[in-house]
Order: sequence, then C-alpha cells, then structure tokens
Amino acid sequence: MASLGQLFWSFFKIGTFTIGGGYAMIPLMEKELVDRHGWVTRDEFMGIITLAQTLPGIFAANMAAHIGWRLRGVPGAVTAVIGNILVPILIILALAMGLHYLQGNAVVEAVFKGIRPVVVALIAAPVFRMAKTARISLRNFWIPVLAALLIWLLGISPVWVILAAGIGGFVYGKYLEKKEVQS
Amino acid sequence: MIFWKLFCTFCKIGIFNFGGGYAMIALIQNEVVEKQGWMTMAEFTDIVATSQVTPGPIGINVATYAGYTAVVNAGYDPFWGVAGAFLASFSVILLPFVLVLLISKYLLGHKDNPVIKTVMSVLKLTVIGLIAAAAALLVNAETFGTYAENPLQFFLSIGLFAAAFIASLKWKVSPILQIVIAGVVGGIVYYVFM
Repeated sequence: MASLGQLFWSFFKIGTFTIGGGYAMIPLMEKELVDRHGWVTRDEFMGIITLAQTLPGIFAANMAAHIGWRLRGVPGAVTAVIGNILVPILIILALAMGLHYLQGNAVVEAVFKGIRPVVVALIAAPVFRMAKTARISLRNFWIPVLAALLIWLLGISPVWVILAAGIGGFVYGKYLEKKEVQS
Repeated sequence: MIFWKLFCTFCKIGIFNFGGGYAMIALIQNEVVEKQGWMTMAEFTDIVATSQVTPGPIGINVATYAGYTAVVNAGYDPFWGVAGAFLASFSVILLPFVLVLLISKYLLGHKDNPVIKTVMSVLKLTVIGLIAAAAALLVNAETFGTYAENPLQFFLSIGLFAAAFIASLKWKVSPILQIVIAGVVGGIVYYVFM
C-alpha cells in the first residue's frame, strides 16, 4: 500500500514534469500509478478520468484528490493534491513577481506584444477541436452559439450560463428525453 | 477587502468550471477583468501566455498568477501578493476537492446515470460557447494594437494570430513552441527594429 510519502512523491513528479495543462498529465499518471506502483488498475484509472472530467474544478487536482483518497483517505487526498501543484505554484509565482518587477521594460513589452495575438488563437482553436468531439449537430449547435452570444454581446456572466445549461440539461434529460425515446 | 473577494471569486470559478483549463480561462477572464476590474485585458492575456509555458495545470497557474496580480494592482506589497496567489489557488481547488471526496464516498455508482450524462453533454456544448466568447472578448486593441496607432503591429498581430490558429488546428504544434516563437518574433520586431 502507498505511504503518504510515496503518494506525495508520485504526484510531485506528475505535476512538476508536465507542461501544457491537466490532460497532458494523463500519460505520466498512467505510467506512475498504474504501471509503476499498481495502485489502481487500468480500468479503474479510466473510470477515474471520467469522474474527474465530469466533476467541476481542475482536472489534475480532481484526479489527485480521488486517487489520494482511494489510497490513504482524506490525508492522502490532501497530500496528493499538494504534491501535484506545489512546484507549478512556486514557479508561476516566481515568474509573476519577476514580470511585475520588469513591468514597463521595453524588451518584455515587445515580447508580449508578439505573444498576445497568439494567445487569442490558442484559446480560439480548441473551440473547433471541441466542437468535433462534442458531436455538434443541426439540432444542438444553437447551444454553444447562444452561450457565446449571451456572454460576448450581452455581457452575461458565464456562471449564469453554466447554471442555466445545467438546469436545462437536467430538465431535458429527466422529463423530455425519455418520452422521445418511448414514442 | 480584496482577500475576501478573492476567496469568494475563485471559489465560484472553481465550482462552476466544467470542461478543462480553457473553460476556466473564460471564467477567470469574466470575473477578474470584466466584473472586478482587477487587471486589464492585456495583463490577463500575458498571464494566460505565461501559464501555458510553465508546468502544472493551466487553471492553477492562471489562478495563482491572477491572485498575485490582483492584490499587487490593488496597491499592496509583493508579500501580500504572494498571500493572494496562494489564496486564489487554494480557493479554486477547495469546493471541487470537497465534492470529489463526497462523490467518491457516497455516489460513485451513479456516474452512469442517463440524466447526469445528458446534463454533461449539454454542459460540454455550452462550454464551447464559453471559450468562443472568451476568445472573441480578447480580440481588441490591447492584444492586437490598432491600425491607426501602429499599422505594422496591427498587421503583424493578425499574421501571428492566423499562423497560430492554423498551426494549432492543422499541424497540432505545441502551444509552448508557438508562444516561444511569437515571443522571439515580437522581441526582434518591436524591440530591435522599432
């Protein structure tokens, strides 16, 4: 069974050595947790991915919380999450302080002037990638379009849009979808 | 009190985040730039860029950096900025963490429930719109420059945007590489030649 120290060290490695966000951690997690330590089976691991994706929050932190909990209860969950995010937090904090200190520096400003439009593209690109995997069709494409317009043009908070979508999805799934299948 | 507001704001961002790091960028943008006015759109864009080239979950990185910036912009010392950074990343994890533990303990068998599946597929579609709006809101003078003020920057920005867009979708070039290249191009063109 995993000790808290082992758990910390595993998630420490997973968090520290992946650049590119939570989903980039999946291969390293699989190697470390399934292949190396055998703490969860591959099937269980896939199930945990679904769970972590379904629940709100940060994917990697959700993975760490659930696996930590499974192995060592609540202390395990806390240990795994802290191990996972400790180094990333310290690195981004050091950069934040450094860049604030350099605020107004002509070189830094020039570099970021080049980067800003690319960031916009990096945020726009997943829209099209996700549209494919979410199986957008003629029947449901109004949902993302309406959500985007409400936020972009009317300035409605995404929080309300998410809330409305959740309630709408629940009502549809509970009362309307079944009837369609029956008839 | 900025720390209390920071706590509430990032708790909210955490619990309403369905759909990964980019969805969280959309939520954080709305809260910290539009609603609270803690930073400018350009500052926020720089935070997102920096968060993508350092290790760790993007949501955590953006929250940490935004927490620091919000507190320092409010006129506090960097020491309090660090406190703000830790507070923001703690708050963004807090509620989902509790939820993961509760669900792991009591509800694990229900994840194949058809109603939950429908709710999730509607949320997935909605999140696409959320991210599209975040991208649309970032298309402005702060990120692209203006034609009137600096035509060269304006056209170079559009060129870099188009190149990055195609590179991401068609060739699947890593975001880190794209940000590094754009930074080098920006440094050379805007610092060395202008």
